[in-house]
Amino acid sequence: MATDYATLKKGGWMRQKQKNNFSLRVRVVGGNLTATQLAKIAEVAEKYGEGYAHLTSRQSVEIPFIKLENVDDVKAALAEGGVEPGVCGPRVRTITACQGSAVCPSGCIDTYALAKELDDRYFARELPHKFKFGVTGCQNNCLKAEENDVGIKGAIKVKWVEDRCIGCGLCAKTCRKGAIKVENKKVIFDESQCNFCGRCYKSCPTDAWDATSGYIVSFGGLFGNNINKGETIIPFIDDKEKLLDICDAAITFFAENAKPGERFKYTIDRIGQDVFAKKITEVYNG
Amino acid sequence: MADTEFKIDDTIDITDVVCPTTFVKAKVALEELEDGQILSVRLNDGEPVQNVPRSIKEEGHEILKLTDNQDGTFTLIVKKVGD
Repeated sequence: MATDYATLKKGGWMRQKQKNNFSLRVRVVGGNLTATQLAKIAEVAEKYGEGYAHLTSRQSVEIPFIKLENVDDVKAALAEGGVEPGVCGPRVRTITACQGSAVCPSGCIDTYALAKELDDRYFARELPHKFKFGVTGCQNNCLKAEENDVGIKGAIKVKWVEDRCIGCGLCAKTCRKGAIKVENKKVIFDESQCNFCGRCYKSCPTDAWDATSGYIVSFGGLFGNNINKGETIIPFIDDKEKLLDICDAAITFFAENAKPGERFKYTIDRIGQDVFAKKITEVYNG
Repeated sequence: MADTEFKIDDTIDITDVVCPTTFVKAKVALEELEDGQILSVRLNDGEPVQNVPRSIKEEGHEILKLTDNQDGTFTLIVKKVGD
């Protein structure tokens, strides 16, 4: 069978130092794989690899030691279990996510659903260089949002509801920003200090905080040869469509302005942080 | 700690255990009670006070009061809400 080199170029097939051997990266979204997919990966690793799989640092799975002559057979075998090759190279990479509000008591947003949506929208899009999205459910930041080119963090905006409050003071206790004081059983909330972590809302034993879920987005994170914490431009975005518009604007800015092999942070720096911030703010206000 | 505001049906002290036993002890104590009865729980500052009240609320019970005993412990007053 003739090897489909176009398949190899699309990415996912990581060339190994051993000649004609590839470590196949599979497509994973938000860190979830079904039992069927896992079983198929195991089967392929046994049959075509060396009987093991590697978990990558960004939630993918690689099957090392796939031989060049088996590339097409491996692809076909994996497809039977609903597993596709993943991506490498100058493209939108694996969309990573923590378990989020579907599972985790701390989660402020449904991270998997959002990762899936981002994957449907951008997976493997060709760009001047790699481009990483990561989605974390809350300020605990288990998924390290700011190390991604675009990092999305679940957030909660709160409003105190006096008639449900028993003045216990737990919200003030759990707040790590000193934004809440309780005096004579009355809450004094300094919104300017709030970082949208939602701890007050989650700790409240009487549901005396109304909550709106939303997103904090950071841009230009790096965690490789150079390290940079992604920067936030809009403090809180409460609308998912708006969030997606902002992601579109960021990726378009990168596609239009980046030099080949230049990471997003350096494009932003070269074109101007103010220029980029203005673009994002326009989309947010638009 | 005595609370005159509510008629307490049972009292437990979970200051000698850590997560997740804190919540388990409170849950077991609540299971022993009848619907509408009131449990007083003495718990430690820190992780227990930040998590136990929320977990009890999520089980469907009603939190009536939380008092800071000023000695590193709190007293939580919970009304059992049946199945």
